[in-house]
Amino acid sequence: MSEMNEFDEDVPEIVKRFMYVNRRAPYGTIYALECLEVVLIAAAFDQDVSVVFLDDGVCQLKKNQDTTGIGMKNFSKTYGALDDYDVEKIYVEKESLDARGLTAGDLVIPVEVMAADELREVMAQQDVIISS
Amino acid sequence: MLHLVNKSPFERNALDSCLRMAKSGSAILLIEDGVYAALAKSAHAEKIIGRMGDFSFYVLGPDVAARGLSDAPLIEGIDIVDYEGFVDMVAEHDATQSWL
Amino acid sequence: MAYECNGVTVETDEEGYITDISLWSRELAIQIAAEEDIEMDDDHWEVVNFLRNYYEEYQIAPAVRVLTKAIKKTLGADKGNSKYLYELFPYGPAKQACKIAGLPKPTGCI
Repeated sequence: MSEMNEFDEDVPEIVKRFMYVNRRAPYGTIYALECLEVVLIAAAFDQDVSVVFLDDGVCQLKKNQDTTGIGMKNFSKTYGALDDYDVEKIYVEKESLDARGLTAGDLVIPVEVMAADELREVMAQQDVIISS
Repeated sequence: MLHLVNKSPFERNALDSCLRMAKSGSAILLIEDGVYAALAKSAHAEKIIGRMGDFSFYVLGPDVAARGLSDAPLIEGIDIVDYEGFVDMVAEHDATQSWL
Repeated sequence: MAYECNGVTVETDEEGYITDISLWSRELAIQIAAEEDIEMDDDHWEVVNFLRNYYEEYQIAPAVRVLTKAIKKTLGADKGNSKYLYELFPYGPAKQACKIAGLPKPTGCI
């Protein structure tokens, strides 16, 4: 049984920093929904995950979405499950909110609003950046 | 002429091109991601507000609701139409131009 | 395949998940469960109802580890563990229970 030790769960794994960058509005294209699904699937790998919303990506998080009229799934509700999937680092660029007349209070989940200056530093520390 | 704009003004220049090329008196209907141009407090709002005298602006209600903008202030003077209104507008105008 | 339930034909995909969530009913759930060799009792219903509520709120069927954690939070540790859930749904709580609940395949199960 001793050779089992090299597969011991206690051996530390290398944790990489993954950042998902959302820059598209929902519904007009498939990017926003696809990225959300990738984040939820990748959450199983126990990496250091953060999700960023900037440019039109901030529109994905707008409250009160009602898609009954366009016959598509209202996936804005799914962002609320990110916490259950242990995705806790959600960053929103302040400049993108300002340009659209939005504030953190307009969003479906609690987020960390960051100015571009601060977000740039966080981005620079990542190992892998996945854009959509 | 009826002009359709379906791209966000933050992502593409479709609205800019439409406003530059459309003849005075035209109707401009914002649909899909184009509806973000109707946000009253957005950085692009002035583009539409400044041309209210030249064009009549419309926005597609179901696309506004889907994006959670029903409770957001939209530019005053933009009329909200539903799918039926959309069809009527296409029928009323002799031609339709899409700014994709 | 397809189920016949209350005079309505309910289509499924090749893995047995119903394709139109709106056609789900308790009677249909019992039929799907029978297909999985499961006889629904109160404990099964508790998990199936939990999943349906989760879907209603978040529009996804949770991955099994997420389901376990969420059940632990609301129903307690004696139910929020894989042993208990696998006893109820031997072929996987997320997969089997989701199928019975009329939901799509769980998001994030690999």
